[in-house]
Amino acid sequence: MFVKDLQILRRSPLLVGLLVVYPIVLALMIGFALSSPPGKPKVAVFSEVAPGQGKVNFGSQQIDISSYAQQLYQSIDPIKVHSRDEAIAKVQNGQALAALIIPGDLVGQIRSLIQTGVGSPTVELILNSRDPLERQFVQQTISARVNEVEQAVSKQVLQVAVADLQQVLSGGTVNIAGQNVQLLGLRNSRAIVQGAIAALPANSPLRPALRQVVGFANLAIQGLGFASPVLGSIGTPLTVDQRQLAGRTTPTDAYATAIAVVVSLMLVTLLLAAGLLAIERAENAYSRLVRGLISPGALLGEKIALAAACASVLALLMSVFVSLFIHLEWSRFELWVLAVVLGGLAFGALGVAIGAVARELNSASLLGLLVSLPVAFVALVPANAVSGGLKTVLDVIAFVFPFKAALQAMSNAFSGTPPGMVGPAFHLLVLAVVFGVLGRLALRRFA
Amino acid sequence: MPAAAPASAVTLTARSLTKRYGDRTALREVSFELRAGEIVGIIGPNGAGKTTLLSILAGTLKPSQGSLERFSDRPLGWVPQQPALYSKLSVAQNLMLFARLEKVADPVASTQRMLQQTGLEDRADEQVGKLSGGNQQRVNIAIGLLCEPSALLLDEPSASLDPRQRERLWEFIGGLAGQGTTVMFSTHNVSEAEHYATRILMLVDGDLLFVGSPVELVQAVGGDRHDLEAAFVHFLHERGH
Repeated sequence: MFVKDLQILRRSPLLVGLLVVYPIVLALMIGFALSSPPGKPKVAVFSEVAPGQGKVNFGSQQIDISSYAQQLYQSIDPIKVHSRDEAIAKVQNGQALAALIIPGDLVGQIRSLIQTGVGSPTVELILNSRDPLERQFVQQTISARVNEVEQAVSKQVLQVAVADLQQVLSGGTVNIAGQNVQLLGLRNSRAIVQGAIAALPANSPLRPALRQVVGFANLAIQGLGFASPVLGSIGTPLTVDQRQLAGRTTPTDAYATAIAVVVSLMLVTLLLAAGLLAIERAENAYSRLVRGLISPGALLGEKIALAAACASVLALLMSVFVSLFIHLEWSRFELWVLAVVLGGLAFGALGVAIGAVARELNSASLLGLLVSLPVAFVALVPANAVSGGLKTVLDVIAFVFPFKAALQAMSNAFSGTPPGMVGPAFHLLVLAVVFGVLGRLALRRFA
Repeated sequence: MPAAAPASAVTLTARSLTKRYGDRTALREVSFELRAGEIVGIIGPNGAGKTTLLSILAGTLKPSQGSLERFSDRPLGWVPQQPALYSKLSVAQNLMLFARLEKVADPVASTQRMLQQTGLEDRADEQVGKLSGGNQQRVNIAIGLLCEPSALLLDEPSASLDPRQRERLWEFIGGLAGQGTTVMFSTHNVSEAEHYATRILMLVDGDLLFVGSPVELVQAVGGDRHDLEAAFVHFLHERGH
């Protein structure tokens, strides 16, 4: 039996090829993705802080804000620009996924927060990502770095505060407003007061010692008053003010719905089209049909149209049902129809191409699944989440299969977000024609 | 053994039909004529080119060389070896579908006529997949006849039938020929050709080695053999096959 099964496999080169190539390709992709560092989002950076003005003094310490900016730049691909408008323009024309604006008063705000506890150091992050997953990726990257900067600042501030408190307790030299001042320290003060009390008669003049104690008390109050806001500021010293550029973005719920609808549309259309064509061969009917009863091209067209129609109805019903719970724009319903029909046609054409290549019903179903799942996965990977060559590979795969274009069309139909309907619709039409032609060519060895 | 058919109108002429698959030649320079009302059997060992020849005549394969000339406005009917039917559809639905695809004038009437001719009226609403092999073959032939063809081409029509079903099939085919339809069939079964064919085409390795009546084949190998099968084997031996 073992030998027999091997012989059968040997006579099924397509199946064996798939079973061998598929895991290798997947393993390579996963390995490449894991071994590649995550991509850095391109961020336009404009700093209004003048060069050399990024240093904050407090207590005996100094913080250089610019050194923390360098840490942030390690996680992004910064495009340094010279004005706020230029930064926004970079985002608008797609050269950058976000703009980070560092206001000129940031250092003053940090100084105020540290010294008085009043102030809100804020940087501005402007996003214009059409793809919610991509937007989330940028947000997470920036937020992670800001958190790191906050922790580093907090750690340094805490060290200063602890040192100051130590000096309040034990005494020492502190620099206040550029002048070195000797602190007596609570312990020394206590010793002096205790000594004075023990040594002096009840009516002895105490003026010098008492003046010293009063002076220390004032400084101690000032010192503790200084340390308190510092400690209070260590939680979140920096705020990121996130804003969207003018224009519509895809709500995450609508985007998730679009993904669900397109995945359903893809699976149903692709498997149906591939299966319907493979059935013609399984029933031995193909040869009878194409000897003048119907042309191969018309037969493919019929399969594509039927699969697309069935899946489109299903996808629309699904969208309508989901719209009961999630806001989808009903005013754009005609675009819902357009998106599912065009997506259905493109997936249907891909399905008949698969059916023509596979020739057998089971192989067609298997091949359909093997193709569709990675195609969907690849299209959902945010473009900047991977780097270099892998990004190019994913971009090409997303371009030559209909999932990405269908998702863009569906997402636009649901919420009117960029890149609009015309581009994805044209893309889907072209893919429908290309896969239809490939299917027709594959039919030459179908009978 | 039936007598040779009387001379009648030529319905189809094949000239130098050749089919190559890469370096392999499946059919080489095959020429013959078909006449109205005759039953022509194609015999030959496996791989001789019988199905290839029928497929070219049916139009499902294009010859590498050679030509076909038809002398009737009526199409050719084709019955492939494996029933080419939709197993999930009923008998009537299959007939109706192909009647419409054949663009017959009255699909409903044609379907009804075929159900009567094949004796499947009482099974009209049954799914084809649930019919016996013999009945599926009857439906298969009925579809080939829907277009009222000038010639009916059958590839191994009795291969999956039991003797009783085979007998009924040949009765049916004999009736068609009697009405003027040319019937051409391929078979492994030489005695079947001997019994039912009025003329025989013998193909061996893609070459057409003999065209004539069964009687003429027996005579060609000396005339002392009493059955066509022995004559066929002897014929092949004489030619080194």
